Amino acid sequence: MPLHSGDVSLFAWHALKGYPTRTLLMLIAMAIGVAAVVVLTALGEGARRYVSAEFASLGTNLLIVIPGRSETAGINPSTMMGETPRDLTLDDAGSLMRSFSVRRMAPITVGSANVIAQGRQREAVILGSSHQLLAIRHWQLAQGQFLPRTDLELATPVCVIGSKIRNEIFAARRAVGEWLRIGDRRFRVIGVMGSEGRSIGVDVHDTVIIPVASAQQLFNQSSLFRILVEAKSRSAIRPAKQFVIDTLRERHQGEEDVTVITQDGVLATFDRILKALTIAVGGIAAISLGVAGILIMNVMLVAVSQRTAEIGLLKALGATRQQILVLFLIEALLLSTLGAALGLAAGQLGSLAIRYAFPLLPAYAPAWSVSLSIVVALATGVLFSLLPARRAARLDPVLALSRR
Amino acid sequence: MILHMIRLEQIGRDFRVGDQTVHALNDISLQIDAGEYVSIMGPSGSGKSTLLNLLGLLDRASSGRYFLNERDVTGLSDEEQAHTRNSQIGFVFQAFHLVSRLNAAENVELPLLLAGVAVEERRARVARALEALELADRAHHKPDQLSGGQRQRVAIARATVTEPSVLLADEPTGNLDQHSGLAVIDTLEALNARHITLIVVTHDAAIGRRARRQIKMVDGRITADQTSQHASA
Repeated sequence: MPLHSGDVSLFAWHALKGYPTRTLLMLIAMAIGVAAVVVLTALGEGARRYVSAEFASLGTNLLIVIPGRSETAGINPSTMMGETPRDLTLDDAGSLMRSFSVRRMAPITVGSANVIAQGRQREAVILGSSHQLLAIRHWQLAQGQFLPRTDLELATPVCVIGSKIRNEIFAARRAVGEWLRIGDRRFRVIGVMGSEGRSIGVDVHDTVIIPVASAQQLFNQSSLFRILVEAKSRSAIRPAKQFVIDTLRERHQGEEDVTVITQDGVLATFDRILKALTIAVGGIAAISLGVAGILIMNVMLVAVSQRTAEIGLLKALGATRQQILVLFLIEALLLSTLGAALGLAAGQLGSLAIRYAFPLLPAYAPAWSVSLSIVVALATGVLFSLLPARRAARLDPVLALSRR
Repeated sequence: MILHMIRLEQIGRDFRVGDQTVHALNDISLQIDAGEYVSIMGPSGSGKSTLLNLLGLLDRASSGRYFLNERDVTGLSDEEQAHTRNSQIGFVFQAFHLVSRLNAAENVELPLLLAGVAVEERRARVARALEALELADRAHHKPDQLSGGQRQRVAIARATVTEPSVLLADEPTGNLDQHSGLAVIDTLEALNARHITLIVVTHDAAIGRRARRQIKMVDGRITADQTSQHASA
């Protein structure tokens, strides 16, 4: 005797409505489990996306050349002999453009100095670089132009200022074309940066960018803080990295004394860590689904006990074991589905609240976690209801009917 | 050869209680024809309810054979028993056994739902069953909104909605006042008049005597089986 699915669902729905407290408790338990998975994985995924976006904002196909070997911390032969790692120089930087795999290169020097104009002054980060920095970092100009395309050694007295500097020093007046004193030198403002905001390491709003040679003169140093190299394509990153290492080793008397970080490498590491973190928190949250399952099992066992006479009646009316089993399983499935839907809605609301409270964090639950939490919720509900449902199906009708 | 609706051959039913074996039914042989009105009477523990459970295929005999409509149903599987209960047997219980969260119509609908009857046909048959028992205006009432007599009539409607050949009533007036009880018996007898075999278990001699055939049981045995010429019919 096949039961119509609509009839079974309706019967299960009546049963759930018949015991509202019990139903509500189970719904809450299941909803909390699903919501926890959704919110926590949304947090993890948000952190992953945030870090990825921050790295992406550094530029595309980027290699960062840093003086010194990351693995030579501590004592090595050169330190024993009183040597320090060689500095990166402008000539080093210039030599890196001699490869087909390198598209752009920007040397970087960083310092801080007082900036003064029209009677207003403040301390600012001074970034020495070249015209290619704009393209490498994917920045936008708000006004004027970026650093001129000149020889790296040429200390042109021009500067490009961030929007915060512009507002604080020049207020409502036009900045482009005005003179700005940086330290003891005067620079003509030729451009104002757009409003990209912060990216890793640099707050563009609060920075003054000048030619690298000018920065070296200003800070009286010949070394570079680092060199940014943009490979021609994703596939050119590896040969570009090798070229940089080989070229600088050759220039530094055969010593490999630089560290080349690829953006992809760092990003992949962060990605792996944050993905693992997301899975871990999702897994921890999934435990609550297991707890919800155990609660469902307990409550369903109580339900079978409470409804013993009803089960006996159904058997007397001709219900088979299979039908009783299906009735209880559908009830659990309905409950799990409602709980999962409720939890999903609560989880999405929670993620929305996180995004509202922390706009920088794109806290969207990944599709896999949403689907998995629903599947686990449904499976948990059904699996943990199997025992009570089987118990109901096996009840002796005479004994069951004698129970009130 | 005479065909019987129910035929029991040397039925025994034993229960284990601890180390003891209790013989609830001993060597019961019985034939009931289609359309008969039979009462089974006896004191508590005489085995009358056990016999009714066996007749209703809710229980299995420890020994002997049971033929329903001349089909041996002694060794049916659980599933076959369930099918037979659904299609051929109607139960009326002392405690009504209505599902409290369902209304009268939904309670009556249950056996049809288990039989997989289509919804339109179910509704029509439920309406007819309720109409026949003068409960049409109570179709959407929950059991707790009905009187005891009305609840038992809903239970009778549920028992008859599948048009069974046998109606088994276990102390059907046990939870009712005298007036409602007599009304319920009248209803059952009216169904019997439509050729439904009616078997009523009761310890109330006045109710039992209304049946044309009266079976008396003591200690799991039939001690009397007599047909009355002066019964209600």
